[in-house]
Amino acid sequence: MSATPILSLSGVKTDIAQYHVLHDVSFDVPEGGVHVLLGRNGAGKTTTLRTIMGLWQARAGTIRFRGQEITAAHTTEIARMGIAYVPENMGIFGGLTVEENMRLASHDGTFDPDRLSRIHTLFPAMKQFWAKPAGALSGGQKQMLAISRAIIERRDLILIDEPTKGLAPAIIAAMIEAFREIATESTILLVEQNFNFARSLGRGVTVIDDGRVAHDGQMDALADDSALQTRLLSLSLDQHQ
Amino acid sequence: MERLQQTVARMGGVNLLPVAVALAALIAIGAPATWVTLTVAGLAMGMMIFLMASGLSLVFGLMDVLNFGHSAFISFGAFIAASTLALLSGWVAADSLLYNLLALGIAISAAGLFGLVAGWFFEVVIVKPVYQDHLRQILITMGALIVAEQLILAIWGGSPLSVPRPAFLQGSWLIGDTTIEIYRVFAFLLGFVAFLGLRYTLKSTRIGLLIRAGVENREMVESLGFRIDRLFAGVFMVGSALAAIGGAMWAGYETLITPDLGAEMMVLVFIVVIIGGLGSIEGSLLGALLVGLTGNYVGFLAPKLALASNMILMMVILLWRPQGLRPAVRT
Repeated sequence: MSATPILSLSGVKTDIAQYHVLHDVSFDVPEGGVHVLLGRNGAGKTTTLRTIMGLWQARAGTIRFRGQEITAAHTTEIARMGIAYVPENMGIFGGLTVEENMRLASHDGTFDPDRLSRIHTLFPAMKQFWAKPAGALSGGQKQMLAISRAIIERRDLILIDEPTKGLAPAIIAAMIEAFREIATESTILLVEQNFNFARSLGRGVTVIDDGRVAHDGQMDALADDSALQTRLLSLSLDQHQ
Repeated sequence: MERLQQTVARMGGVNLLPVAVALAALIAIGAPATWVTLTVAGLAMGMMIFLMASGLSLVFGLMDVLNFGHSAFISFGAFIAASTLALLSGWVAADSLLYNLLALGIAISAAGLFGLVAGWFFEVVIVKPVYQDHLRQILITMGALIVAEQLILAIWGGSPLSVPRPAFLQGSWLIGDTTIEIYRVFAFLLGFVAFLGLRYTLKSTRIGLLIRAGVENREMVESLGFRIDRLFAGVFMVGSALAAIGGAMWAGYETLITPDLGAEMMVLVFIVVIIGGLGSIEGSLLGALLVGLTGNYVGFLAPKLALASNMILMMVILLWRPQGLRPAVRT
């Protein structure tokens, strides 16, 4: 792990309309592996990802990517710097085919055969439904497409919002393997409610509560401390299994 | 019933509606020659309305922008084409197909070019500051429309303006008992070529792919690294140019135009956009053909209902399909 974080948030405050959602969010995401963002519903996890991506503007604070400030940058600039975003609703273009969805994510509209082959190995359904409308895919296949789209080109950082929501356990297991493989190349900042899924992937963890960072540390430490889990997340891992 | 629905869907589904309306009209009218004349008139009218409506539909779909000023481009297109044809009256009346085509081509190009430039100005100065604010969009584009109408009055005056038709588009073909006006066939073909061009652009080019994606989910397109606002400016310019070309064609169709031409057409344009479904070129074509055909058939069969026919059509379609006939998929 390199000493310099790939992403750094410092005192970030974000408002949505008249509501103050993020009050003071500060944490670092080290380069490599999976860093998990945990928290109760409405704690501000999605808002944090959207603020990083420039989809909502921070009112105060700074966000740095590889040391460069991106707090006020336009979403397109942030994307072009090498940050991909997989939103909670997956952001699939249902009227386009799987191929067209993937082609949009490729900078020049062409595919690197090696990367495409890697995606087809990770998610065989993408090859099978290549020419089908994305709107006709199942929930799990749409999630696979959303992630495939994020890795069709090399990205330094991938922001993923609740990828396991509503998915069957078998698909979640396949997703864990895929994320481990993706994390060998890119850093993943993962928002997740499924603690088991988060624990199996996460190296570092930040817990957000009421728009503030309530805990920042290593995932192993949190996984071993059920009292801390209960305090931070109102759950214990034993109950959650 | 389910099997019938599946069979209809396989045969083309809602795409068959204009054919169904035409067949129903054939039975109601009874006289095939009259029916052919009305059908050609309806198709030509539909294609011209399609030109005017397609850009507005994409603008609606792509950026949720309610542009009530769209009719200004229709009016300006009509008046610019009329003035250009008047300036080139020698070529317009010449007994030479080449000169006729040149005059017509220059007139349509002038209208289209105006639409492009004015569309760019309109988007940057008037629409851009009110993105995401529907109420202000309505107010400011209505205001811009009033200014545009006053400009037309100031430049061309309030009297009706006569529009000369190129010699090769005058007259009719007589096939048996059927009379087919040449201009209507030309208008239909021009509209159809525009539709094919738009469809090719949207389905087979990268820009088209981005526009289709943007209509569905513009935030995600930006998250993939593309500036949707620049794309929107381009769509707005092309949509305005198409409206101006539609206005130019309508001017030749009517041969006498007034400054409120655009406002009159705008009612039909909005009906087409709504019944076709927002953001869909195919939907706009379908809606425009239905409006054109219904207007002509009802005008012949029940003249007193002619004015209300398109409103009734819109109500029936919205009761059946509240999202329109072929809306773009939105996520």
